[in-house]
Amino acid sequence: MLKVNDINVYYGSIHAIKGVSFEVHQGEVVTLIGANGAGKSTILQTVSGLLRSKTGSIEFLGENLGGVAPHKVVAKGLAHVPEGRRVFLQMTVEENLEMGAFTRPNSEIDSGIADVYKRFPRLEERRKQIAGTLSGGEQQMLAMGRALMSKPQLLMLDEPSMGLAPLLVEQIFDIIRELHKAGTTILLVEQNAQMALSVADRGYVLETGKIVTTGTGAELLNDDAVKKAYLGA
Amino acid sequence: MEFLSYLISGISLGSVYAIIALGYTMVYGIAKMLNFAHGDVIMIGGYISFCAMSYLNLPGPLALLLAMVVCTALGVIIEGLAYRPLREATSLAVLITAIGVSYFLQNSALLIWGATPKVYSPIIEGTQTVGGLSVSNISLLTMAACIVIMVVLTLFTSKTKMGKAMRACSEDKGAAQLMGINVNRTISITFAIGSALAAVAGVLMCSAYPTLMPTTGSMPGIKAFTAAVFGGIGSIPGAFLGGILLGIIEALAKAYISTQLSNSIVFAVLIIVLLVRPAGLLGKYVPEKV
Repeated sequence: MLKVNDINVYYGSIHAIKGVSFEVHQGEVVTLIGANGAGKSTILQTVSGLLRSKTGSIEFLGENLGGVAPHKVVAKGLAHVPEGRRVFLQMTVEENLEMGAFTRPNSEIDSGIADVYKRFPRLEERRKQIAGTLSGGEQQMLAMGRALMSKPQLLMLDEPSMGLAPLLVEQIFDIIRELHKAGTTILLVEQNAQMALSVADRGYVLETGKIVTTGTGAELLNDDAVKKAYLGA
Repeated sequence: MEFLSYLISGISLGSVYAIIALGYTMVYGIAKMLNFAHGDVIMIGGYISFCAMSYLNLPGPLALLLAMVVCTALGVIIEGLAYRPLREATSLAVLITAIGVSYFLQNSALLIWGATPKVYSPIIEGTQTVGGLSVSNISLLTMAACIVIMVVLTLFTSKTKMGKAMRACSEDKGAAQLMGINVNRTISITFAIGSALAAVAGVLMCSAYPTLMPTTGSMPGIKAFTAAVFGGIGSIPGAFLGGILLGIIEALAKAYISTQLSNSIVFAVLIIVLLVRPAGLLGKYVPEKV
């Protein structure tokens, strides 16, 4: 479904992503794990068109995304929940969801919102509330719900557990499991390697802009090097 | 009675400021830049409508429409040519460019229409007298236009998809792009709306104060910017309130204190308001939770 082939991304003269290639297949949950600054978010931003790769290609559903503007990438079925959630704090919950459906026909908005409320009942309770007044966990749910409004083929989640209390982290990962069960393809970027690998079909370990190890979630959970570096064992 | 008539002239002047300030505040809110050329678009609107009425003998409403069309196009062109290439540049570079555009427009007007002031004939004449108080029709039209514009803009940004997309862009352009919103197009539309409003303001202002020169737009432009900051820049009701209050303060200061000092008084009030409420009267402050 998504095929990233040999991308190199620079911030000015800093070579942030060095020849990264990976794939995500239909229906899979794939995770990119790695330490702070390894380049995980940079990769997602490159896939969604916010950053550009100097080389290589990004292919989504057989189409090359190179040079496609970010606002057009969404319409192709690729939704990106950015790091730090980035919900529109001064807009209501419902308005945030409407913005998520910006690329969809108006007739789909109401049913889309109903679907999101079914998955996140908390959001329905707060539908008229300004997003800035939500808790961190609720904002994360809103950011995910907003992305689902675009009816994505592939959902990219950037650090959904960041800054959340353990109980909420559990909740967010339960939602990811549910989405997976419902057939959503997910590319998950996480610092919480333990959680990420436990939900993922496959994972890639990223170190300073390079992929160093890859395997199924279970394999990586039992990999000694991974255990040592990321799982605190 | 005297006070009432000063008050009405203040509200009428304030309505012009408010219409200009609405354009300022929308552009600032969405593009996060101070378009110092905004006042000069007003002047261009004034000249276009002047030419339409004096040379083409078009009726007032048609002249207004023509001015709006030309200014809308001008605003979009200015944004595309001067500001869009600087989207990633520092705000100082954009600010200096805006000042440059302002001089460019003033000098173009000087070249085309000359330095001699034109005497503008109001788009509507006459006055209404109610119980000894006379109000010119143009004042009434200005106040009505201001209220209609404010209400329409409020509804537009709160109810329509495009309006909501504008608010999304104003908050977070990156996230807005991830929603599929074309940020460049949204900014263009904002400039189009702001410039059309500037044309309306130009026609109304020249109808009330009928001297038209290449520098006609600069002082009202600065005052309207002040009004926008006064009310809370980025806020539509704020621009409206700020404009009206500024007009009233200016008119009353002229009437009761001193004509020469009226501008100083206006800016002194601004400073005091900003000391007490740094975000302006209706400035938005949303606490951010982590």
